Amino acid sequence: MTTQKPFITRPGTIALYVATAIVFLLTFSPAVALAFILVFGIPLFFMHEMPAYTTTGEKIGKYIFLTICTMIFIFLITPILVIIPLSFNAEPYFTFTEGMLSLDPSAYSLRWYKDIVQFGMLDPTGTENWWSDMWNNSTWVRAARNSFFIALVSTILATAFGTLAALGLSRPEMPYRSAITSLLISPMIVPLVITATGMFFFYSQKNLFPFYPDGLSKTYLGIILAHATLGVPFVIITVTATLSGFDRSLIRASQGLGASGTTTFFKVIMPLILPGMISGALFAFITSLDEVVAVIFLADVDQRTIPRQMFSGIREQISPTILAVATLLVVMSIALLTALELLRRRSERLRGLAPS
Amino acid sequence: MPDPTTPILTADGTPLKAKLAQTTRQLKWKAFLLTLPLVLFVVITFVLPIGQMLYRSVHNPAGSNVVPQFAEFIQEWDGQGLPDDKYVESFVKDLAVARKNREIGKTVGNLATRVNYEMPGSRSLITSTARKAAKITEGPYLDALIKINKKWENPAIWLTLQRVSKDYTLAFYLAATDMKYDETGKIVQADDLYQIYIPILLKTLWLSAVITVLCFILAYPVSYLLSTLPLRTSNLLMILVLLPFWTSLLVRTTAWIAMLQTEGIINDALVFLGAIDDDGRIQMIYNQTGTIISMVHILLPFMILPLFSVMKTIPPSYMRAAKSMGASTFYSFRRVYFPQTIPGIAAGTLLVFILAIGYYITPALVGGNDGLLISNLIADHIKKTLNWSLGAALGTILLVVVMVFYWIYNKLVGVDNLKFG
Repeated sequence: MTTQKPFITRPGTIALYVATAIVFLLTFSPAVALAFILVFGIPLFFMHEMPAYTTTGEKIGKYIFLTICTMIFIFLITPILVIIPLSFNAEPYFTFTEGMLSLDPSAYSLRWYKDIVQFGMLDPTGTENWWSDMWNNSTWVRAARNSFFIALVSTILATAFGTLAALGLSRPEMPYRSAITSLLISPMIVPLVITATGMFFFYSQKNLFPFYPDGLSKTYLGIILAHATLGVPFVIITVTATLSGFDRSLIRASQGLGASGTTTFFKVIMPLILPGMISGALFAFITSLDEVVAVIFLADVDQRTIPRQMFSGIREQISPTILAVATLLVVMSIALLTALELLRRRSERLRGLAPS
Repeated sequence: MPDPTTPILTADGTPLKAKLAQTTRQLKWKAFLLTLPLVLFVVITFVLPIGQMLYRSVHNPAGSNVVPQFAEFIQEWDGQGLPDDKYVESFVKDLAVARKNREIGKTVGNLATRVNYEMPGSRSLITSTARKAAKITEGPYLDALIKINKKWENPAIWLTLQRVSKDYTLAFYLAATDMKYDETGKIVQADDLYQIYIPILLKTLWLSAVITVLCFILAYPVSYLLSTLPLRTSNLLMILVLLPFWTSLLVRTTAWIAMLQTEGIINDALVFLGAIDDDGRIQMIYNQTGTIISMVHILLPFMILPLFSVMKTIPPSYMRAAKSMGASTFYSFRRVYFPQTIPGIAAGTLLVFILAIGYYITPALVGGNDGLLISNLIADHIKKTLNWSLGAALGTILLVVVMVFYWIYNKLVGVDNLKFG
């Protein structure tokens, strides 16, 4: 096998340079030329690891395949990345202005981020009691407080019940395993509108629930119960997956050494399945944070969450404030994704699946 | 040699077989008790509410709540011609009592609405008659009613009242499947103009199928690439799949609005490139196209992840073996690789299809009028028109469709094999 030339001097790459130059001359736009060189250059870059006996037809086939894949990846990620610069738009538009494209600093501003904080405040410019005004009256801050409170409590409920049930489900003696698993997974499968409709009727009944004579709809408890139910399948799935690689002889070893059931759980089982529990909890948390149908059906204005606020924002008065909120949420999902990846690695290390 | 007929005993003297059965039973109970709290929780917060919704779709006691004596009495009537005056008398008296009632669910308005569902245009007949009912003190009652409103001469209204007086009804399922009772009480198809729900249901199934196929076409090459790349590269590229998966649904829908609207990024780019005129901007959102594009984007990870996890387990040597024995790339793909990915295809397509059928948020925001799905109609009946029973009936039909596919999923793939990331 001959050693390959470096990427930038290979014939294919040179052809790409020529093609990009032609595109640039045709459109006179650096943006288009950049997009062109990315779409067709990335697959080219991954072409180099091919054995010497590959035929030209196969090479062309592989190049087309890689180009298609690049385009699909661009389709997946562009909408999410595109809203980030758009949220810094100085104009109230949902699209790139001339100034933004020519990187003019005055075309960018933080006004929509300011708007997140100030929208709904009694006196956004006042200095007196500014913090308490923001905390209590800013629409988005209140929505964020509701979202996090509901997500936190419902995650705790879903994780506690879900882990316990997953422990039972993963025991070899479990009777009716598949029937019970299907039941517990079904909140994820049943369309949200149906779940929300059922809960709306159920929680609106008067004189049925202790302490809540007017019913549970339009209360925090109603939404928390609904979100906990919707989070349960995710906890079940992730914890059961962690437990499937669990060495059950560890339990017998612990019992053989005289540990009680609770000690075994907290000292042996729990540390090993903790990564699975946490990632299940993160799933339940993000499910609740993102859930809007049940909130539409069950919540009052007082319990509006971030997605509910976004939903009515998109329907009623669409402004780049929504994009600013969306950007913050994207940043949060990047953080959660990183946390989850670290947990997955730790879990694999604990279970001895990964080399490092 | 021990006698095979005497059972083997354990230390405390019980037969080993009985002891084993006892221990197994105990272990089963222990495992079951661990799941019990969650099972109870899900039953109370999920199964009961949905069960109640199913009940509401067939149970509508408007008749027996508003005109209780008449509702019981009228069931004796044979339904021929106009009813005898004794039935009409009880109706008038009940109506006069109900007129004073202010209790929720038991006012004349409820009966009027309910009758109106089955005989459009008869709402005011009931309410206006109720206002005058107290003044009718002596028979013949039927003639007195006809004097108030000619419509009481029509036997169809009395047939409808007889039907409405029953607590359990299929009327809402008929409405949900675009059927109705005709003048003589027979079940017939509704007029073409009122064919609403079946076409929407079919459109929902059709759009879900289109979305599933598109997801599959986009997911297959990407999953294949991810499964064949070295671990380090594929982990990096996986982020491009997982980031959308983890990003809020509302964020992704907003992003597609920014991309697709007439003043949006794609149209701007096309105008800039000269592909379209400034006044020829393409309407890509607030219609079916918008629903399809954004839902494909949102559901794509649900197809990629199961496909990827199956493809990862297929050894590359199989394809190489096929090729070394002279098969072309395409032939070895079709006969060797593709069949092995079928479990992943089944898992991905069923999951995407099930999720797509019940989608609500995205169609509501980017669907405009013709991109709406059945879920949006259900939500409209619950939140806007307040025809709860019809909403519940439509919900039940959707639930049955989804459950059928869930059952197939369970048989083919098994819920235990559901995984994320």
